[in-house]
Order: sequence, then structure tokens, then C-alpha cells
Amino acid sequence: MNDIISPENLVYKKPELLNDTHMHYCAGCSHGVVHKLVAEVIEEMGMQENAIGVSPVGCSVFAYNYIDIDWQEAAHGRAPALASAIKRLWPERLVFTYQGDGDMACIGTAESIHALNRGENITLIFINNAIYGMTGGQMAPTTLIGQKTSTCPYGREPALHGYPLNLSEMAVTLPGTCFVTRQSVENVASIRKAKAAIKKAFTASMEGKGSSLVEIVATCNSGWKLPPVKANKWMEENMFKQYPKGDLKDTTNL
Amino acid sequence: MKAEIIIAGFGGQGVLSMGKILAYSGLMENKEVTWMPAYGPEQRGGTANVTVIVSEERISSPILSQYDVAIVLNQPSLDKFESKVKPGGILIYDGFGIINPPTRKDINVYRIDAMDKAAELKNSKVFNMIVLGGLLKVCPIVSTDGLNKALYKTLPERHHGLIPLNMEAVEAGGQIIEKV
Amino acid sequence: MAEQEVKLMKGNEALAHAAIRCGCDGYFGYPITPQTEVIETLSELKPWETTGMVVLQAESEVASINMLYGGGGTGKRVMTSSSSPGVSLMQEGISYMAGAEVPGLIVDVQRGGPGLGTIQPSQSDYFQATRGGGNGDYYILVLAPNSVQEMADFVDLSFELAFKYRIPAMILSDGVIGQMMEKVVLPPFKPRRTNEEIIKECPWAATGCKGRKPVVITSLELKPEIMEQRNLQLQEKYRKIRENEVRYETKFMDDAEYMIVAFGSAARIAEKTIELARAEGIKVGLFRPITLWPFPEKEIAEAAKKLKGILVAEINAGMMIEDVRLAVNGTVRCEHYGRLGGIVPEPEEMVKALKEKFL
Repeated sequence: MNDIISPENLVYKKPELLNDTHMHYCAGCSHGVVHKLVAEVIEEMGMQENAIGVSPVGCSVFAYNYIDIDWQEAAHGRAPALASAIKRLWPERLVFTYQGDGDMACIGTAESIHALNRGENITLIFINNAIYGMTGGQMAPTTLIGQKTSTCPYGREPALHGYPLNLSEMAVTLPGTCFVTRQSVENVASIRKAKAAIKKAFTASMEGKGSSLVEIVATCNSGWKLPPVKANKWMEENMFKQYPKGDLKDTTNL
Repeated sequence: MKAEIIIAGFGGQGVLSMGKILAYSGLMENKEVTWMPAYGPEQRGGTANVTVIVSEERISSPILSQYDVAIVLNQPSLDKFESKVKPGGILIYDGFGIINPPTRKDINVYRIDAMDKAAELKNSKVFNMIVLGGLLKVCPIVSTDGLNKALYKTLPERHHGLIPLNMEAVEAGGQIIEKV
Repeated sequence: MAEQEVKLMKGNEALAHAAIRCGCDGYFGYPITPQTEVIETLSELKPWETTGMVVLQAESEVASINMLYGGGGTGKRVMTSSSSPGVSLMQEGISYMAGAEVPGLIVDVQRGGPGLGTIQPSQSDYFQATRGGGNGDYYILVLAPNSVQEMADFVDLSFELAFKYRIPAMILSDGVIGQMMEKVVLPPFKPRRTNEEIIKECPWAATGCKGRKPVVITSLELKPEIMEQRNLQLQEKYRKIRENEVRYETKFMDDAEYMIVAFGSAARIAEKTIELARAEGIKVGLFRPITLWPFPEKEIAEAAKKLKGILVAEINAGMMIEDVRLAVNGTVRCEHYGRLGGIVPEPEEMVKALKEKFL
């Protein structure tokens, strides 16, 4: 075994920024993959020492434990407000938020929309898994019609619970945004596209082109009560209908 | 010398700016001053008012119970502040729209028909400067020189051409104020 | 020297000028009466073209305070201002800042409450300011200016203390001090710290991890054993602040038999009250706490030893009186006088109250 661990045999390694701390995410969760992509992009841009991340309240509250850059941990929903101030005070830094659907599109909708609309030179990474993972599977603003959660145990019903919120489509209409995209990380092709999207967003923010919103449609096996493979399939069949993938807006010329 | 002054009237009569010019005049003469407006759209008693204190010494409270001078420019202000003039103090009122004139005998009451005078001068904007002229005639807490300097200090440069006109209004105010 | 020029301006305006002059890096705020002149003055002065100070009108007070958290977390001198209902909205962020030990300056130009209340002056945010205000075991430093001059002077002092102790600092003002115009000498210009200076002076700040291990600004710790330790560290810090940062002023106390304890604008009214009362032969003095937290409890207890009575005069229903009573611990009778809902007490009322309660 030790014989084959040698530099010339190395075909893949995790980014150095991603440390060895054991992740608290459930098996099959999309967060780990997106964390890796964020770390890779920062490394590829050479911004390890110039990046400041803002983590949310939700499952990814501990993002700061896994990616070795400077972080600030925001109150629930307020990450875009922190990031706005940080970027304005340190314009040469790479500043981004990493938020879930509850954080970004429910309690923090005002902060998200206004940061995007001010055209802050930051990136908002938006993990949309249509459920509240950390608190144990309650309804999210993005929960699908008919989807069961612990606070809509008979399925989300518009008359009772309102409709799923498509934040990215809202962001498209804002003059402050330069790049709004919706991606996923359920297979290699999707992961590659998601990484390219994060890189484009980060680059746009460093070039002063305005705000970017990178939505990642994601799975939550525990919350959805599905094994990882089935969760991926459920996402493809149900989530992508409500949240179609692709670039929704791109004025970056990148 | 110290003068504790209340100026009260309807919003839009230039009450706050009159107080401001008075305060700046005090500043020009190196006096201590405070200018405390009853701010906001909904004032107690329906009046806009401002307390101005001009003093040789440090001023303690910007809020007062009684005044050396009350300048009242409408009936509600007169009703409210007549009783708050210190015995021997000064009350100045504009006769326009006053149905119940002041009745106290232990204070010096002056009437200044500044509203009529401003109409006569065909310039309603100098109304408050006429009143100010009347005040300085009966209570020279600041000099007209200090007032003139204060106008140059407070008015934007594009309006400096209007200062002589304002000083004429001050002069006119001094002439028309009458002891009642 | 032009910098020493005596100006006539409102407390709110003086605060804005002082912010630019004392090297403030960023202001984040939302309009609310009676403090809107702060952001209006800053917007008119355009400091981003001179000192490089950022001025941003946020979408809410919630956003403002979190911008403060973000900016302060990078070691920058940042401030916000608001009035009572807006400061209520900020409490979540203030608690986070206290927990994450992020310095910053919050200015509360108080108005009457509760709720939307009134726009007229009040001091009824005393409890909110001096008891932390948000969730958790924490305090913030609270300074109460009683003049336009102190509105200007306390900006730099607040920043110095906030950074010395890594704690949010508050200037607890009110509609009287904010709206009143009086003479002020603005502080001399002090340059903003450079990024290099901030990186050197604030190794704890999230500035980008060049040449050091990454830092995390957070108030979160799920392990209660560690969280208790962090709380104990905070408490130790608060003990040091209590020991070293008490500020107060006394007047007319040499022969005083009675004492008025008052802060901010109420202390100005109390001074006039004392002038009037002394003219009637009542020997009364003034104790003005300048820091409301830490509260000058030892100093009040000491002053109380030779007194017949203490009148606590506040523009509220009786808040600071609790701290005064705790300080004197029953040795002297303490009575309260205040007006509510935006009514500011007049000096003669206070004289009357003094007589009714003690003579």
C-alpha cells in the first residue's frame, strides 16, 4: 500500500484549504461537495490569504471549521449585511456568503435582496435543499408543493403554507446582479459546472462587476428521509421542475 | 447678561430660523448659546417653538420653565406662554389674528405688527426678521452688527445679496414695535 | 487653527463631524427621528472622498447592526446611529457582537416609547442599554453625553474603549442633546488606521489570513463546558471595565445635604434645578454618571454618606434609580422624579419634586 503513495502516482487530492476536520454533514449531503468546490476555486484564484467568508445559521453554520480562511459567523439571515460591510471596508478582499434556503430566502430575504440590489461586489452561495436540515426537517421557503416536512406533515399546501419562493428568479430582475445561476452537484458533470459558476461569480466580484447569486439545488437525505442515491433521483425529478438549472442572468462577459 | 427666550408660532412662520439667527448672533459675539427646538410635526399645543438662551456664562438647562422674553406669533402661542414670562420680563406679540390680547400687568408687553409690515414691504419672507428687529430694540441681547455677521455665516453665499434687505427689515422692526 | 474653531451645531451634526475627524472607517444606518441628521450630515460631507470613510444607508436597523458586526469583525472602526425603536431592532446584533467580542459604536438618540411611541425626547432605554439588551450574559459600555460637545468628544472615546476591551460601546443620547444646537469645538483630525496597522493591532480580526492561522469571528460554541469558559472570560473582562472605566461628574457637592443623580439631558435640567433650589437656600448638589455601564456605584455610595436624601431625576418612569438604590443599599432615602412619553421635565417641576419629597 505504502509503495503506491508517491507523488508520481497522485491523480487526485483534496484542496489544501479543506482541512482534515471531520465534517458533521450527513452522508450524501451536498454541503461537503460545495465546500470542496469553494476551497478549490479560492486556491485556484490564489486568494487563500485574501478571502473572508461569512457563514450562516443552519447546517453550514460550521463551514468555518472546514475551509482554512478567515470567517465571520453571522446571525440567522444576516450574512449579506456582514459581507456588504466587509467588502466595502476591504474592497481588495474576496468576500462571499454561504447560506441555506431558510437563511437566505426566509429570515434573511431583505438582507439578500438588498445586498444583491446594491450591487455589492460579493457572491452569495445559496444552498437550496427545500428543507430545514439543522433543526430536523421543517418546512423551508423553498419546500415544494406537496412535499412533506415536520411542519407540513400532510404535504405543503398553498392555502395553508403559501408557495415555494424562487429567490434566484427574483434576483434576475435586480439591476445590481451581474450573475445569477442555478446549479447542482449530484454527478460529475454537474459538479464541474457548479465549480465553473462559483469561479465566475468570485472572479466577477473581484473585477467589480456587481453581485452574484449562485444557487445550488441540493439534497438533504436526512430531512427528506431518503438514501443518497434516491435523494439525487428525487431531486432530479421534483426539484428541477420548480428550480430549473442553468444561468438565469449573466452580464459578466467572463 | 443672560436672556432666556422662547419664540413660538405656527410652523412656516420662520420661528426656528429666527431662533437660529439669534443663536448665531450670540456666537459671533463669543457668548454662550443654546437653541432647543420643540421638533417634529406634531407639537404640544399645535405650535412650533424654540428656546434660545444667550448668556455670558455657561448655560445649564436648555429646557426652561420660565422665560425672560416670549415672542408669540399666534393666539395658541400667546395662550400657552404668557403665563411663563418671568415677572418684569418681556412679551412680544404680533397683533395679526390675536383675538384675546395679553392681560398681565407685571410684565412688559410689546406689540409688533410684523405681518402687516411684511405685507407692506411686499415680502412675506422677511416677517421673522422684522420681529427679530423688534426684539433687539427692546432687548439688545446681541448687536445688529453681530446679527449682520450671523446672516453672512448662516446664509449660503448665493443668498448674500439678500442680506441688506433683511437688515432693512430688522431696522423696520425696531421702528414699529410699540409698548402696550 | 481652523480645527479649534467654535461651531454652532446640533448634537447629531457634531456626532457626524466627529466621526469623520476621529478616523471612523464606516457608518451604517437607517433614518429615524430624532437622529436622522447624523446620516444626512455624513451624506452631505461625503467623507468617502476625503478620509475614505464608508457611509451606507442600510435597508433596516437589523442590517445596520450586522454591517457593524461584519465591519467591526475585520478590525475597522465602524458605527451606527438610531433612535429607540431602531435600537430595539439592533439588539440581536449587539448580543452577537458582545459574544464574538466585536468592537463597534452604537448611538441611541432616545425617543419616548414603548413601541413606536413618540419622536420627542426620553431616557427610557436606560434598562435596555445598561442590561445588555439582547440575549445572554453580557454588558456593553454605555456613555451618556449631556452636551453637544460631549456628543462630539465621546465618539473617539467610545472607539478607544471599544477596541481596548473588544466590546460594543454605546453613546446613549436623547432627542434634547441630538436636536439642540450649542457651541462645540470639533476634535482634531486623526487619520484612519491603514489596513497594515489594523492587521498588526487587531490579530483577532478577520482580515484575510496572510502569514497567520485563519481566524473565526463567532459567538457560537455548542459544547457547554467551553461556552461556560468563554462566558467566564467575558465576565472577567466586565470586572476589569467596572474597575477601570467608571466616569462621572459632581457639582455643588461641597456643602450638599441633598443630591440629584441625573444623566444626559436630565443632568442639564438638574443643574438649573439646583441653581433655583440653592437660591431658596436648599443645599443640593449634582451627581452625573457619565458611564451608565459601568455604573459609578462606589462613588455614589461614598457621596451618599453625608446626605439626607437623593432625588434621581430621569426622563423615564424610574430606571437608573434601581442602580442608585443598589449603590446606597438603604443608607439614604432615594426618590424618583421623571416625565414620560416624550415630555421633558422643566427645572421648576424638579424643584417642586425635591421639596415635596424631602422638605
